[in-house]
Amino acid sequence: MIRLLELLVNGVSLGLLYALITLGFVIVFKATRVVNFAHASFLLLGVYVVAATQARIGFAAAALLGLAVVGLLALATERLLLSRIDRHNHHAMAILTIGLNVVLTAELTRRLGEHVLPLGAPWDGRVVDLGPLTLPLTVVITVAGVPLLIGGLTALLTLTGWGLAMRASIADAEGAALAGIRLRRVSATAWVLAGLLATTAGIGLASFPSPGVSLSIESVAIAAFPAAIIGGFDSLGGAIAGGLIVGVVQVLVAGHQDSLAFLGLGIGDVVAYLVMIVVLLWRPSGLFGSKEFSRV
Amino acid sequence: MSESSVSESTVSENTATEDTVAPARAATAAGTRTRTPPHRLPAVAAAVAAVVVALALPLYVDAFWLRIGLFAMAAAVGALGLTILFGAAGQLSLGHAFFVAVGTYGYAFLAGGDGGHLTGLGLPPLAAAVLATLLAGLCGLLFSPVASRLRGIYLGIASLGLVFLGHHLLLNLRPVTGGYDGRSVTPFALGGFAFSDASGLVVLGVPFGAVENLWYLFLAVTVAATLVARNVLRGRPGRAFRLMRDSEVGAAAMGVRVQRTKASAFVLSSMYAGVAGVLTALAFQRAVPDYFDLLLSIDFLAMIILGGLGSTSGAIIGATFVVALPIVLSRYADVLPLVVGPGQDGLDASIAAQFVYGALVVVVMLTQPGGLRAMVHAVRDRRGPASA
Repeated sequence: MIRLLELLVNGVSLGLLYALITLGFVIVFKATRVVNFAHASFLLLGVYVVAATQARIGFAAAALLGLAVVGLLALATERLLLSRIDRHNHHAMAILTIGLNVVLTAELTRRLGEHVLPLGAPWDGRVVDLGPLTLPLTVVITVAGVPLLIGGLTALLTLTGWGLAMRASIADAEGAALAGIRLRRVSATAWVLAGLLATTAGIGLASFPSPGVSLSIESVAIAAFPAAIIGGFDSLGGAIAGGLIVGVVQVLVAGHQDSLAFLGLGIGDVVAYLVMIVVLLWRPSGLFGSKEFSRV
Repeated sequence: MSESSVSESTVSENTATEDTVAPARAATAAGTRTRTPPHRLPAVAAAVAAVVVALALPLYVDAFWLRIGLFAMAAAVGALGLTILFGAAGQLSLGHAFFVAVGTYGYAFLAGGDGGHLTGLGLPPLAAAVLATLLAGLCGLLFSPVASRLRGIYLGIASLGLVFLGHHLLLNLRPVTGGYDGRSVTPFALGGFAFSDASGLVVLGVPFGAVENLWYLFLAVTVAATLVARNVLRGRPGRAFRLMRDSEVGAAAMGVRVQRTKASAFVLSSMYAGVAGVLTALAFQRAVPDYFDLLLSIDFLAMIILGGLGSTSGAIIGATFVVALPIVLSRYADVLPLVVGPGQDGLDASIAAQFVYGALVVVVMLTQPGGLRAMVHAVRDRRGPASA
């Protein structure tokens, strides 16, 4: 019972991190209709910068640097590359991000290789006893902090002028442009925001109990793709739900690996895709995605 | 009949090319449908010349280059399948590596014998190859309830799942796949002639080993696959695919059954991937699970994008480029600046190749979304608008 509870809390924590990654992904998709296949390598780049610089400048400064690097990279991607493609040619934009992903992954593979870099976060390696539960400090911080972050993001989207502009341009890009909203600015902000969210989530993913920053972080982060599909690709609430579902299922399955041995070793890593395919068979546009319709 | 087919092809060609020369090209296509267009003759001559050169190549070129050719032809067949699915039907799939794996392991299992902890059916190689292809098609059919209901990008991510699930199965279905270490592949044989070093054939003083023999087998398969793909793309199914890509509603209004057409594009492309898998198995002579990862799917995507979406010659050129680049870079690592061979300190050749083709994908998307082939068209149309 205690063990199940621990697994659940760990799963929720992982799920919240997935939710952050997925949120960035969905925000970009909603604002610009681009599927960013380079999202996972943005995340890995962010934590790599943190891990590579923290020994010299301290963790806090390194984290800020990582956020800044990925934010700028996301901005540059939007400004220098994607803005040059016709905004209705979604395939071309998605493929461009695939090309970008190949280049980024190659560079990170070259730098990281088989190494595991320590993240050096102040909460690394510590555990907390909460009554009968023993949890890593990372998990506690994630479970407490990420909902605050998501709440702040919601406030940003609902209360500020930028949020209004964002929601208006998502609902009707041409109408919003006619009303004087600068679509360029909206999409640039969405990209930067996605980069920042990815790096934040990456710091969480690379913290204890994970051994540190290695190439495997990227394949963990790729599980945010099925999370986005499960939630429904264009729903922010769905992104959070999808992230939580994937996180909890992954941790529960990995935790009961012994009794699920007939499914093979490492089933925890692929269970997200199984869930995704089942959800797609049931609801082709995800749990909370808007139903597609065509106007003739 | 010819009247309607002309107008239909005009619609699809018109929206097919996103560049500014599209209307002119569409007019060309419509106007010259009945006779052979003047610019097609050089293309036919080039294709024939390419086949003749390819037939003579094993007599003059050493095994290193022939082996690259084998890998390139295996990849080209897979790329043809993807260009039908994505280039023509507009269904982005990142699951191509999975179907290639089905072909490879299907052949290895069906043709292989029992031994150690492995099982195999020990079928004749030709039967095994055909069945492995059908098996890949069957897997495509099983996935088509998902595939045919999703659109472009959504399918891209859903099919991503296939690669991860497939990799998991390859690692865990040990009696069939051999687990992490993989399993060796029975060499191809046809009517008593083995496509291996044991054939003992000598042609014009050149001893024909496995590579030379396989070269002709692969060439025959690639040419056949190309011809089938061309006919599919130029004929009625190809028009339906393109129409569906450009407008599902429009396609449905013209009498195309959208879900069925999507499913059939998916099955056809899976079967191409299955053939590519069989060829890959024969070229490597071993099947290992780590080869069939997401990177392989992305490689296939890069091939058809660099070559030009929806074009058979583009798929072949792109496949050759993407396959040959890392091998050639690594072979000439000593003389090339910046690049070093495997295991040395510096920029590894395979990583350098990824830099090059990743950057090329970005550049092609920015400058010429139609790929190499559109570039050729653009140059030709600019040079001689009067002849068109």
